[in-house]
Amino acid sequence: MKDSLLNQTVEIEKRRRLYSLAIVVISAALLVAGYKQANAMNSGHFLDGLKKFFEYPGEIVREAFQSGSEFPLLLYKFLPALIETLNIAAVATLLGGLFAMIFAFLGANNLSVWPPLVPISRRMMDIMRAFPELILALFLIFVLGTSPVPAMIAVAFHTAGALGKQFSEVNENIDLNAIEGLQSCGASWFQRMKFAVLPQVLPNYLSYFMLRFEINVRASAILGFVGAGGIGAELRRTIGWGQGAGDETAALFLLLIFTIFIIDQSSSYFRTKLIVAESGGNT
Amino acid sequence: MSAGTDAAVIIDGPDTIFANLRARTLRSGIVLLAVLAYLSYTWVAFDMNGLIDSAKPERAVLLANDAVAHKVHVTKSMRTGETKVAIEGERTATYETPPSWVETGDDSTRVILGDGYEVVIFDNAIEMYVPDYGTITASIIDNRIETILPEGKAPPDWLRAVPSKFDARPDLRKRVQMSRAKIEVHRYFTGWENFFFPFNSPLSTYSFMEVVSLIFNDQRLDPEMANWRLVFDTFWENPDWQHGNVFVALLETLLMAVLGTVTAAFVALPLAFFAAQNFSPSNIVRFFVRRLFDLLRGIDMLVWSLIFIRAFGLGPLTGTLAIAFTDTGELGKLFSEALENTDEKQVDGVQSTGASKVQVYRFGVIPQILPIFISQTLYYLESNIRSATVIGALGAGGIGLMLVETIRTSRDWENTLYLILLTLFLVIAMDKISGSLRKRLIQGRNAQG
Repeated sequence: MKDSLLNQTVEIEKRRRLYSLAIVVISAALLVAGYKQANAMNSGHFLDGLKKFFEYPGEIVREAFQSGSEFPLLLYKFLPALIETLNIAAVATLLGGLFAMIFAFLGANNLSVWPPLVPISRRMMDIMRAFPELILALFLIFVLGTSPVPAMIAVAFHTAGALGKQFSEVNENIDLNAIEGLQSCGASWFQRMKFAVLPQVLPNYLSYFMLRFEINVRASAILGFVGAGGIGAELRRTIGWGQGAGDETAALFLLLIFTIFIIDQSSSYFRTKLIVAESGGNT
Repeated sequence: MSAGTDAAVIIDGPDTIFANLRARTLRSGIVLLAVLAYLSYTWVAFDMNGLIDSAKPERAVLLANDAVAHKVHVTKSMRTGETKVAIEGERTATYETPPSWVETGDDSTRVILGDGYEVVIFDNAIEMYVPDYGTITASIIDNRIETILPEGKAPPDWLRAVPSKFDARPDLRKRVQMSRAKIEVHRYFTGWENFFFPFNSPLSTYSFMEVVSLIFNDQRLDPEMANWRLVFDTFWENPDWQHGNVFVALLETLLMAVLGTVTAAFVALPLAFFAAQNFSPSNIVRFFVRRLFDLLRGIDMLVWSLIFIRAFGLGPLTGTLAIAFTDTGELGKLFSEALENTDEKQVDGVQSTGASKVQVYRFGVIPQILPIFISQTLYYLESNIRSATVIGALGAGGIGLMLVETIRTSRDWENTLYLILLTLFLVIAMDKISGSLRKRLIQGRNAQG
């Protein structure tokens, strides 16, 4: 009896290892085949490109050094473009966050806003989250013309869905005792939300909100490249000029990288602080 | 504040509670005001008023109409005197015998536009009959277009008639244009034209059942190849819709996302061990690996893409590497945080059996972070399929580039809609697949453990 149990365990373990091995081998094979295919479809090839990989960054860095004392002026010159990109991201995060909050409250099972709305608002969030920003941005650029607003709307649309999903998960994990307590004293729905729900969810909301702002700065910069203004549009202009504009391209790269680095570091700092404050307050 | 400090430690008195509440309300009021002030600043910065003035909402209507309909052009060239009927005015889609709504006479052509509208095209003049209005005549006299309206009627607001051009568009389904060089009448029909087979192929007039029976028929339509092959090739190489090229573009986008994410995950995992406090061999190594992650993440996907496009040219490899580089940073940071949160007991347990270092990682650590590894990788895969469309639009290729190009030429909106629908389908399908995979793998593991 004991023997057969041991054998069985060994057997299961063997089979599991075989499966794991098979998965690893198949993934490796797919990876190799995929890279081969990608390499074949690409206009430039991997090995040729490898030599050129440092050429372009080298070229723009060289041109940046050649411009010498004028380089800080370039950074200053492109500051408005950077601010525009940041504005796109900030407004999109604020508006998207507002809609996300509305969706999250409507889509949470435990907050009893109006039950028929729960599945509708969840499907809405799914669709908005899946919608690629590029499509909406291109469409709106066609209708509204070149302006930061199409990118802002496109990013806000996606944000409403993505943040909405995270917010509604936060909503579903709250402690319901506080709501019941308030309800027993006859508090209205708004009072229950204000005094029982919001204090519980706001720190988490804020943390997701900051993370999303960082993601949105990157998205806004990219959308600028397809015609939505801001730092992406400037990049497209300088890169389109080709040689000679390397110093400007370098300035733009530097601004973008530096900004993202600052936002990344500060948002992760504040989020850690929020989480510490949160868990410290609870215990 | 009547209650002593000792009492306040146990429970706040009502005064304190209300004071706190007032402070909180004040604080949220200030935050709200600040947000509103910022939004009004951006309203000015984005020049919203100017944008509202210059927006072209009619373009959206035009686009919506054009995306679900196709138009047939009746064109008369003034130079040759010839009249042609063609779908979207393309030479490859010209009717040999005009459709029934175009009546060709000896010296004139009558075009029935529906809803009672009619146009008769003469040598160098047109007569347009408008129900409840009368007949508008436009003719070329001395190189100028002269428009005569029915007596006593004001010009309709959909008509633009100047000496160089006559343009009448009573509604979205019909349009009459006349210039010194040509007369062009458009009639719109709902539906995507020649979606399956091109106009000039022998298959374009076949019904669905006829195509099916043709496939199973041994008698070859084209002696060169089997019938199923003919049907497939005609469909695949349809010049208007380019199903084959679109499919390849979708595949490129998918390839970029999958390869990029998987590469990032497998490079990030071993590096994460060096970046995690409890596994890193030394603090110096840890510092440098963490800065490497910051660097990869901080040099945004946009910058990586632009650098790789320069080095590798157009194609999926470029997009793959851009995604792989950025996400190695992202995933590396996440994995190292997960490693720092692993349970020491399991590691100690495996170590106590005399396991080697590799075995400790394999049996003590990997099982603990596997759920996070899989779920985060799948999550990034989901979001990267969207990123891959955008990177494609920057110039890496795939469906993103195709979309930008069709929108920029704005020739055939039905093609654009087709691409948009396919992209949405791809994104949503990936979303669903990765979502269900994530749920199943993680639940499966929980059930096992």
